[in-house]
Amino acid sequence: MEEKEVLDSLRAACPDAVLESGFSLGDPFAVIRPQALPAAAACLRDGPARLAMLLDLTCVDRPDEPERFEMIYHFLSLETNVRLRIKARLPAADPAIASLTGLWKNAAWLEREVFDLFGVRFTGHPDLRRLLLYDGFEGHPLRKDYPLRRRQPLLPERKDGPRT
Amino acid sequence: MSGGFITTRFEAMLGWGRAYSLFHYPFITACCGMEYMSAACAHFDIDRFGAGLTRFSPRQADLLLVVGTISHKLAPVLKTIYDQMIEPKWVMAFGACTVSGGIYDNYAVVQGIDRIIPVDVYIPGCPPRPEMVLDGLMKLQDKIRHSEPDWRWKRKKS
Repeated sequence: MEEKEVLDSLRAACPDAVLESGFSLGDPFAVIRPQALPAAAACLRDGPARLAMLLDLTCVDRPDEPERFEMIYHFLSLETNVRLRIKARLPAADPAIASLTGLWKNAAWLEREVFDLFGVRFTGHPDLRRLLLYDGFEGHPLRKDYPLRRRQPLLPERKDGPRT
Repeated sequence: MSGGFITTRFEAMLGWGRAYSLFHYPFITACCGMEYMSAACAHFDIDRFGAGLTRFSPRQADLLLVVGTISHKLAPVLKTIYDQMIEPKWVMAFGACTVSGGIYDNYAVVQGIDRIIPVDVYIPGCPPRPEMVLDGLMKLQDKIRHSEPDWRWKRKKS
């Protein structure tokens, strides 16, 4: 299946899900409604596109836009070597989207990372905890409004300086 | 006397003994580890300077080699390792990240391990060449040879 047909099959399977689609940076992409993500992902994986692999899942923070957080999913078909990028835009207040852990097990840690660093909630995630940072860390450091110089050390810093 | 004898000061003998029998504990977290391996193995051979015996328990080591980026999450682990070592002990900050945080001036990384534990020798470089590691080791040995005995009562008074 060619790259263009992947987008066509997605549009055919979930007609009201796709808001925008096209090609950028050499790969097809589609912007979908966030509510339609589980259905769209399931039909991409099990439908004619055969996008069996979830390569990566990340987020972009655009603080000036009303739909501030943009989730980005990268899929790969192991049979046809076609890649597809799926984007879904989430509101600034309480960003939440359905978890893909039911379809891909590796989504569990990828989603925990995005939850840790961006504060996006994944509904239906079995174990939504911070992945990289420690318990007690306040805020989400990859959000643009996290202060550049804010530090939250776990240990108090030594006062006496280097040993002489 | 048939065997002969030498005279020396107690501090000098103790310092000489300590300087050439450093048992080191490598605390390696990042790419500087490659340079540590190079310094430790046969090409540069840290054993020529009496620091060849790597111990993988801090309780048996007296030189802590901190090699690589230390994040805030890892800081309590490093502090525990340091506390587990028995006196006398020395610490070498190996590479730019341990010296100052290096290129990582962000929310995650400790800006120099001397904010957590005392450091005796700083080796800059990203990563430092093995020659610099050996140079740092010799500077540390020089420091050990010329240090006064750390009598406990003396330290408590000051």
